[in-house]
Amino acid sequence: MESKETYNSPVPLETNQQKGKPGGLKDKDMQLIIGWILRGGVAVSMVLVVIGGVFFVYRHGYSIPDYKTFKGVPDFIHSFGGIINGVVSMKGQAIIQLGIILLIATPVIRVAFSAVGFLLEKDYLYTFITLIVLLIILASMISGHAG
Amino acid sequence: MSVIVFTVILLLGSYFAGLLGSLTGLGGGFIIIPLLTLLLKVDMHYAIGASLVSVIATSSGSAAAYVKEGITNIRIGMFLEIATTAGAFTGAVLAIYVPTNAIAIIFGLILIFSAIMSLRNKVEQIIHKETFLSKRLRLSGNYPMNDEVIGYSVTNIAGGFFMMVFAGIISGLLGVGSGALKVVAMDGIMRIPFKVSTTTSNFMIGVTAAASAVVYLQRGYIHPGIAMPVVIGVLLGAISGSKILVHSSSSKWLRWTFAIVVTVLSIQMIYNGIKGNI
Repeated sequence: MESKETYNSPVPLETNQQKGKPGGLKDKDMQLIIGWILRGGVAVSMVLVVIGGVFFVYRHGYSIPDYKTFKGVPDFIHSFGGIINGVVSMKGQAIIQLGIILLIATPVIRVAFSAVGFLLEKDYLYTFITLIVLLIILASMISGHAG
Repeated sequence: MSVIVFTVILLLGSYFAGLLGSLTGLGGGFIIIPLLTLLLKVDMHYAIGASLVSVIATSSGSAAAYVKEGITNIRIGMFLEIATTAGAFTGAVLAIYVPTNAIAIIFGLILIFSAIMSLRNKVEQIIHKETFLSKRLRLSGNYPMNDEVIGYSVTNIAGGFFMMVFAGIISGLLGVGSGALKVVAMDGIMRIPFKVSTTTSNFMIGVTAAASAVVYLQRGYIHPGIAMPVVIGVLLGAISGSKILVHSSSSKWLRWTFAIVVTVLSIQMIYNGIKGNI
């Protein structure tokens, strides 16, 4: 007869979460770093969006925007170079857009870090799985650019 | 409407969307899109873009906390992200060709489905048997609960994977996290324990949304004037929501209120979609 204890953990406790080579990178460390990347990315991008927002509303607060028909975004923030130029000249919308790009990049950076983490753990199957995810995102990025 | 009035209305609306989305676990996108399109008459594409950005912010913010607690199963998340990102990419490409009124109708239908799902009484069934795939992919795990460590395994991985492709397409097409569909795949099909499936689904939502956001960004769907108040509002609302959750577990009346709100919104979206107003 099985005790409750063993019933609750038929899977050895040393599976995913704690397993790791001695001295190597453990899943626990990876969780900490992933948490840190996500939090840091969101924090920095939100600061940028708020700063950009203040500039934007201060300068254009009384103009009447038209979002009823789709016209894309203003030309000066349509390319990455344009956004950087806009940020240098303290344009509100460019600063917001930079923050948004950083926000979109945050989970992608998390995936890229996971790939390195799995590689250091010598978990080649998951390194491969993670690389596939990165490739799909890259393909998506390229297709958006081409269209 | 001037920029300042638009920004203030959207900040407040997004705050409540984020708060409700966090309390019910359905995410803020489901309220943001009707708010933008029906109330503020913003073009559907802009609405999807702004909503998607807010989805990334809330999902990444809360995922950070869950990952640290060790509840999230990073391997299940990583493996299923192949399905959701491929779906999201497809959804974002589809969004270019699907007329906006059709998107509004699909949005309404998914919204009704999510409302029903949020009211359903869930029965937890933890699987302990390993399958060939679960062993090969090392998907089994364990999580802490009340000083106990609960082990679990997963089943029907192929079924869950295909459901995740669909969840990804919907996420990319509508600009929502499609958390309800991810939960169907994870607790309904793969039998992953709720605590693990909700946190892991949340962990995956950010990457899924990023995969379609890169397309939307380049097509000019993400407008800073709209995305700025939405992302700030939703994130603050979600943070408030998570603070409330600590004190009281999500009560029944809240879920009912939310279900009624979203049903009204979805009927509006479907009606306007059919009439071609959106």
